[in-house]
Amino acid sequence: MTQKIKHHLNDATLMDYAAGNLPEAFNLIVAAHLSLCDTCRAQAMTFDALGGEVLEHLSGTADADDTPVRMDAQSLRSTMALIAGGPVEQITVKRSKDAVLPGPVQDYVGGGLENVRWRPVGMGVRQAILPTAKGATARLLHIPAGAAMPDHGHRGQEMTLVLQGAFQDEDDYFARGDVEIADSDLHHTPVADIHEDCICLAVTDAPLQFDGLLPKIAQRFLRI
Amino acid sequence: MGRSGAAGQPCAMGFVGIDKKRHVSKDDRNEADAKRLLWVGHMIRIRDHKDRAAFAELFGHFAPRIKGFLMKSGADASLAEECAQDVMATCWHKAGMFDASRASVATWIFTIARNRRIDILRRQRRPEPDDLPWGPEAEPDQEDVVALQQDTELLGKALADLPEAQKELIKLAYFGELTHSEIASETGLPLGTIKSRLRLALERLRHAMT
Repeated sequence: MTQKIKHHLNDATLMDYAAGNLPEAFNLIVAAHLSLCDTCRAQAMTFDALGGEVLEHLSGTADADDTPVRMDAQSLRSTMALIAGGPVEQITVKRSKDAVLPGPVQDYVGGGLENVRWRPVGMGVRQAILPTAKGATARLLHIPAGAAMPDHGHRGQEMTLVLQGAFQDEDDYFARGDVEIADSDLHHTPVADIHEDCICLAVTDAPLQFDGLLPKIAQRFLRI
Repeated sequence: MGRSGAAGQPCAMGFVGIDKKRHVSKDDRNEADAKRLLWVGHMIRIRDHKDRAAFAELFGHFAPRIKGFLMKSGADASLAEECAQDVMATCWHKAGMFDASRASVATWIFTIARNRRIDILRRQRRPEPDDLPWGPEAEPDQEDVVALQQDTELLGKALADLPEAQKELIKLAYFGELTHSEIASETGLPLGTIKSRLRLALERLRHAMT
């Protein structure tokens, strides 16, 4: 299932994910990729293990001097009371089966692919912006088979995870589970594979840069 | 498994009851390995018997560390205290989700504390990948459990032995003050063995799920 994935997340991103230092939209695309890619999942879990060792070895003392951190006198009793109060959160998350959207994306869509509220972007492309915290934007993109996205560059970092179909750009061919990582150096025109409409999850931490005048105007309205 | 050798055997015989038959070796590392398996046994007793004594011991060790972790991540003492209690309560409730072939107890508690930190300090949701739980009856292989706990112990030792400056960088990353930190792979920490072991554990799990 995961052998076919060729384009993975890099260690810096996976470590930031484990350390909890990414904006929410990037956390979402990492979680979505890890749901599809056990290679990266194992690497992320390795960085979790390092976090566990940081907790074990480096966090037990207060900052200024080396005095150990202490819990309040009644702390254990309060915790037992908290436990007696019952589970604060649901333990098992039930997810509707969806062949396209991984679980974490379903959480943001509020269900499977049929629940996505698409809006046309032009040239047959549709998008749905997912509700994440400020600082970065996550959107689902639906690109008709064979269609091209407008030629664009990037001010910040953009990551695109293919969830259905495939696309090709100047760099390579990206299929389900593959992530393309673009930074401000990459200028590309992705074209969806002819066989199937392409659905992607794309996250950006800065607006894209379009070359044509029309997309530039559209950008202001569409928040691409 | 070659490295674990005879020292690992008493643990592999039955880590569930390891606190009773714990073989305390003169060798520090064996003792540390046993300590980790002791925590694993505690988690299982919390899961299966709602064991309060086991929980109290786990609390005594981990709660101050969680509190310290949260304070170093920018929480004040009272918020950190409250969150540490909350994280430990979650450990109790979610004990059934803990898988010792994929995480040490410290790792697992770290992930809960980290998510709580994002939740409370940044007021954001924390997207997590799809769960891969063992079925209600299936348990991970005990050999896998022992091996992973030992690998994690080696990682912990390596971290503790790093030069101060490198340790500081890793601290800053996990306390949320430094991003794009590639230092973990550049410090020579033994991450590769854990990764391959986790990769295998996931394969077994995928296999068991189909």
